[in-house]
Amino acid sequence: MLLPKSPMTCRKIMEILQYIISNWALIISRTGEHLAIVGVAVGLALITGVPIGVAISQNRRAAAVTLYAASILVTIPSIALFGIMIPILSLVGQGIGYVPAVIAVLLYSQLPIIRNTYTAISNLDPALREAARGMGLTRMQRLREVELPIAIPVIMVGVRMAVVMNIGVTAIAAYIGAGGLGAFILRGISQTDPRQLVTGALAVSVLAIIADFGLLGLQRLLTSPGLRK
Amino acid sequence: MIRLEHVSKTFPNSTTPAVDHVTLEVPEGEICVLLGPSGCGKTTTMKMVNRLIEPSSGEIFIGDRNTADYDPVQLRRTIGYVIQQIGLFPNKTIEDNICLVPDVLGWERSKSRARAAELLDMVALDPGTFLKRYPKELSGGQQQRIGVLRAIAADPPVLLMDEPFGAIDPINREIIQDEFLKMQARIKKTIMFVSHDIDEAVKMADRIAIFRDGRLVQYDTPDNILAHPAESFVSDFVGGDRTLKRLQLLTVNDAMQHDPPRVTAEDTLETAAAIMAEHGHQAIVIVGPRGRARGYVQLSVARGGKGKVGENHETLPTTVKPGEDLRTAVSTMFRHDVSWLACIDDEGTFKGYVTLRSITRLLSEAYRDG
Ligand SMILES: Nc1ncnc2c1ncn2[C@@H]1O[C@H](COP(=O)(O)OP(=O)(O)OP(=O)(O)O)[C@@H](O)[C@H]1O
Ligand SMILES: [Mg+2]
Repeated sequence: MLLPKSPMTCRKIMEILQYIISNWALIISRTGEHLAIVGVAVGLALITGVPIGVAISQNRRAAAVTLYAASILVTIPSIALFGIMIPILSLVGQGIGYVPAVIAVLLYSQLPIIRNTYTAISNLDPALREAARGMGLTRMQRLREVELPIAIPVIMVGVRMAVVMNIGVTAIAAYIGAGGLGAFILRGISQTDPRQLVTGALAVSVLAIIADFGLLGLQRLLTSPGLRK
Repeated sequence: MIRLEHVSKTFPNSTTPAVDHVTLEVPEGEICVLLGPSGCGKTTTMKMVNRLIEPSSGEIFIGDRNTADYDPVQLRRTIGYVIQQIGLFPNKTIEDNICLVPDVLGWERSKSRARAAELLDMVALDPGTFLKRYPKELSGGQQQRIGVLRAIAADPPVLLMDEPFGAIDPINREIIQDEFLKMQARIKKTIMFVSHDIDEAVKMADRIAIFRDGRLVQYDTPDNILAHPAESFVSDFVGGDRTLKRLQLLTVNDAMQHDPPRVTAEDTLETAAAIMAEHGHQAIVIVGPRGRARGYVQLSVARGGKGKVGENHETLPTTVKPGEDLRTAVSTMFRHDVSWLACIDDEGTFKGYVTLRSITRLLSEAYRDG
């Protein structure tokens, strides 16, 4: 292991560790806030994105338009998106805080979820679709019995991309008072306190890694053994 | 029964019909093989029966009901369907693949699972081993069998099979064809079967429908198609060796001389020679007390010989059974360099004999009639 040689750096690391240990409860509660934003938003994105992805697999033009729109959405910087939402959501008294954060994550999650659902469904072996149709399965039965179970691994990859990406986006949502781990970073910058800054950055990274692994486990659990390589 | 009446299909963006005024009837419990070169409209014809493709004109009946009167989903649940690419669902176990239609029909679980096990038994796959496996864990031939079982799981009266044994090596294909015919003898489905292999058609079909460019050019029994092709297209398609192919449609029994003269071991060579001379035979079979074939004596040996037949006989080089096809019989003759074979039933009883001459005569009868 690489140990820093200079006593200065050593002391700073000790200070950060000390900060982490003494603020453990705060870190946990902000992680909770963070997850509440990402979890709810990606959950909503699944409920909207999967049906959209399935629907556009029927029509090439609709697919092109939808995927283009979703790609444009992710090119909007999150700060700008928050800025746009403040006046609009202020009309219902939700200009800052939890609601705009969830909406931003929801919008950013559409692209990976819609695109992966669309790709998985439209790449399904036509023979399977024909077999299912020829056996007398209805559209819904085909989706439930065949198309979605086979699409799940690919959809889950989209979910993982959305979650990892949006754990980062949510850190920025601290600027509009949404709380979460971004609050450490925000304070760290405004108070020039490297302990908070590093703690926040570290926590966001660790959370992203843990969430990704957790979802990978879920993905394996949801994938039929018959589809595993 | 499946009946097509003046059925045509012209696809959008196409000027020539893919299927052109086809009229044909598949009687209850028979196998009709749709045969023809690639692109002649076999698959299209078949898919119009379960309405995966809607006809441009004409009517299709199953039993007495017009298929157009059904809801397509309900119609398809009464028709078993085997696609060429097999199309087992990779996310489902073999058991769940087989039980898919029973499941959507709402059968009781215990009933459908018992049915799946019973079906696997029918094709000699051990239920204990295979029920819980996934398609990727099966060989191509095993998958193809499951594809057929899945189609008959809910016991539909009608079966559509699009080159069901296409993606498989010739040896396994023979095995699976035999297996299927044995199964069909039991389940007696009304079957429309697509093939582009004349040998498969001759083997499987009660009737063969030959297609060319979307038109039905001949619809007849395999033997009639081989013996009397309706036009040069058909004779070219069935091949120059079509008469040889007829051999597998005929059995030894068809060409056999029944209850021919015979001798016992106690008879004298003189008696044997006299019988042969009377019937113009070159050899005669010796039977035991219960009619079992024991060997034979040649005319050249018997003539002028002294003593009992039993002391001068030779063993039969080989025999055939009356139920075997003539192709096997002829091949056996060539292999043993003989021009006649004694026919023996399962108990070993001597039933008669076939000669190359009797086979030739049988084959040429069809041509004299026509
Ligand atoms: N969906 C479709 N749209 C347009 N044309 C089609 C379609 N399906 C088939 N055809 C055309 O209809 C004709 C008959 O096709 P079909 O699939 O019935 O042939 P086939 O006899 O089954 O041939 P093969 O032995 O190669 O499977 C072909 O010329 C084909 O190009
Ligand atoms: Mg075809």
